Amino acid sequence: MTHVETNTSSPVHAKSSARGERLLEVRDLSVSFNDGNDWFEVLNKVSFDVKPGETVGVVGESGCGKSLTALSILGLLPRRGCRRTGQILFDGGDLVAFGEGDMRKVRGRKIGMIFQEPMSALDPVFTVGYQITETVRAHFKVSSREAHERAVAALAAVGIPSPSNCAAMYPMSLSGGMRQRVMIAMALVCEPQLLIADEPTTALDVTIQAQIMDLLEELSQRTGTALLFITHNLGLVAESCSRMLTMYAGQVVENGPVDEILSRPLHPYTAGLLGSLPQAKHRKSKLPSIPGRVPSPRDMPAGCRFAPRCTYVEAGCRMSQQLVGHGARHARCWRSDTLVLPGAAV
Amino acid sequence: MGKILRLVGRRLWQLLPIIVFATFVVFSLLQLVPGDPAVVLAGDYASEQRIAEIRQLYGLDQPFLVQYGVWLLHALEGNLGRSLLTSESVSQLILYRLPNTLLIAVYALVIAGLVGVALGVAAATRVGTRLDAFITGLASLGVALPSFWLAMILVATLSLGLHWFPTTGAAPLLTDPWSAIMHATLPAVALAVGVIAELARQVRSALIEVLNSQYIRTLRAKGLSSGAVLWKHGLRNISVTLLTLLGLQVNRLFSGAVVIEAVFAIPGVGSLVATSALNKDFPVVQGVVLVLVVIVILINLVVDVLNALLDPRAAEA
Repeated sequence: MTHVETNTSSPVHAKSSARGERLLEVRDLSVSFNDGNDWFEVLNKVSFDVKPGETVGVVGESGCGKSLTALSILGLLPRRGCRRTGQILFDGGDLVAFGEGDMRKVRGRKIGMIFQEPMSALDPVFTVGYQITETVRAHFKVSSREAHERAVAALAAVGIPSPSNCAAMYPMSLSGGMRQRVMIAMALVCEPQLLIADEPTTALDVTIQAQIMDLLEELSQRTGTALLFITHNLGLVAESCSRMLTMYAGQVVENGPVDEILSRPLHPYTAGLLGSLPQAKHRKSKLPSIPGRVPSPRDMPAGCRFAPRCTYVEAGCRMSQQLVGHGARHARCWRSDTLVLPGAAV
Repeated sequence: MGKILRLVGRRLWQLLPIIVFATFVVFSLLQLVPGDPAVVLAGDYASEQRIAEIRQLYGLDQPFLVQYGVWLLHALEGNLGRSLLTSESVSQLILYRLPNTLLIAVYALVIAGLVGVALGVAAATRVGTRLDAFITGLASLGVALPSFWLAMILVATLSLGLHWFPTTGAAPLLTDPWSAIMHATLPAVALAVGVIAELARQVRSALIEVLNSQYIRTLRAKGLSSGAVLWKHGLRNISVTLLTLLGLQVNRLFSGAVVIEAVFAIPGVGSLVATSALNKDFPVVQGVVLVLVVIVILINLVVDVLNALLDPRAAEA
């Protein structure tokens, strides 16, 4: 698998690379929810960036804050009982400071998003074509005919056979894989600079998963769209991403180039995730797993949040952990200099 | 389109057995009502012989099943017979009185549709706020309030107290529309309150479910305005619930009209059926039941067709 840093002649791409090296910069993003009595923090100072045309993977178990990060970038968290601090710099503005009206011009137009459940993510009572056309018309002043043509073209671009027939269909008459293709067509129809894919293949059959991943890679390379790819499947990240970040309990615990992280992880949690990947050598033996579970945001351990589940825990782990730099990489572990953690044989 | 035509055909085919069943049940129940129309028709101090003659004249001496059979055959020919008491043609009677009932029923439905949906939407988009709690409380109260009691309160305050509306009676809609509307307002409001409460509750819960669904999040992620999300996608997705509920509420309005027409002395089919049933004037009762059954079935047919047009999932069923 090659990781081409695409540099296409796409105008979208050209514009954003002229602005600087970074398309999306998330700085110290914290999110808290109110349950009626208390505020509790679900994201803690999350920072990362995405360059134009780049594919960045976000991994972690369920409940680590991956989807929340995606939703808060698009401002899709509930308005009541939710607080965001920090910065989300995108296209010259700070999305955290944006009002609903400005945010609407970003959603679907500059940042597209596809979700995990293609079965329930499309409105059942409108045709597929209408739902894509509606997206086009929300952002461009075009005739309904031209919007429809763009919708059909978008359906063709995601490899749907006879796209104009498909446009007249309701989601219920499409298979899961087809629906996810429709979702991708809808997310990309306005040619956004960034596509956030939240577990786009988790609900699909394995063979369809591979097709959808190939499609996403191909489209992002062809159009120069950067991809923020959220998954719990490290294998998919290894195949398709150039950089990745590991999230644990609402924090980024490791980031860096995928190849380096996979061969030598710096954070015990990343190492644990890698160790849990099924491999041929584990045949007939028990698959290794990380003991315990992700702590609840209401009950965060003091100090290192991973310490209660960590095999390498020491007295110093009771301190609050900061991201430690290692060249292009970072890890939220004070022992990351000295620990030698097993990687994955990729 | 083929699917919808088939749906209409199937429903029309069901019309006949439903009509036969409904009129037969009503006819049987009428037999249980005490009193004898022949005695009433014969007048005071009539001889036994005179009563027997009248019984024979109107076929009241025939066995119950024969009487029903004769009525049904005539009805199928379009002849609903004459009132036993007044000798008026039943179809004429219904034609005179049905507009009064339809006016208050449609009026009530319009009020209930507008207010009920507005309250339901307001509550669903503000779940957990004081407004939501207030609307939910109001709806629980509205479901529990008997319409006749409410009717009397409305008359006592708005009509007798403030003289805003006439107390009783009705006016013809075609020749005197303003007076007709004024006469119909209090009965329509009294009828509408229960329907408003029901609609507000159901719209609220259906809309909350829709607004929490994954596809609403997708719509917001596409950059649609919250207005488009709510009024286009939200309402379209609850349209089946809403229309089905409205169809059911029509039945409720017709049955409620019997009591409300009595309270407001409105010459509608509701009061007609009430007095006729008490006098065992079975041709009139049967005629009204027949007409109401046809109306209710046709309304439900329209609801089904609209559902199939609005929601592809309903068309499949």
